[in-house]
Amino acid sequence: MIHVALTPERIDTDKVISLVSGDVACGAIATFLGTTRAETCDEHGALVRLEYEAYNDMAEVQMQRLAQQATSQWSLGSVAMVHRTGSVPPGETSVAIAVAAAHRDEAFAACRWLIDTLKQDVPIWKKDVFADGYERWVQPIQ
Amino acid sequence: MQVHILLFGPAKDLVGAAELELEIPSQATVKDLRASLVKTAPGLTRPLAAVRIAVNNEFAAEDRVIKPGDEIAIIPPVSGG
Repeated sequence: MIHVALTPERIDTDKVISLVSGDVACGAIATFLGTTRAETCDEHGALVRLEYEAYNDMAEVQMQRLAQQATSQWSLGSVAMVHRTGSVPPGETSVAIAVAAAHRDEAFAACRWLIDTLKQDVPIWKKDVFADGYERWVQPIQ
Repeated sequence: MQVHILLFGPAKDLVGAAELELEIPSQATVKDLRASLVKTAPGLTRPLAAVRIAVNNEFAAEDRVIKPGDEIAIIPPVSGG
């Protein structure tokens, strides 16, 4: 089973795990949560939040494609991927990925590949917003 | 033909709008579209080499021919997750 979604709401990480649970053919569930990391910049003060913008239709299509690719490459039982849009304050979750597989090697490998590939190929962009109101788009390391 | 291009993230801020209209020759490819963009939206010129073009919700090869009604988007380097 594959479940991908974008949401403007806080991510219910228990629900994401429950989406890949319950298949007794699977002995492993691996998860990844990406959260907003606190930082402070001399010039602009503390980071108050990240803001995420998505090209919604294409982001869902791409996440679905990645989930399908991972499912066949690692023989997964289930995949769930949820990405939040809008404001995500420090400590809160922006992305949650959970995969279920028969064994842990596949579960870990697939989970790692999914977050790495999401970060290259899913049309979502984030912006740092600082305490003084300064904003900047995050440039990915190419 | 006239095409309608969606802009996101830093591209949207650079152009100052979420969409732009562009006139391109019929049978134009994605590569031709880039050349037209350089002329029409100079703010995008330098970052343009780093942007990808999506057609109908998938990344498009440079030699893909654009058809009327295609949904085209400029995809600056992504930073999800």
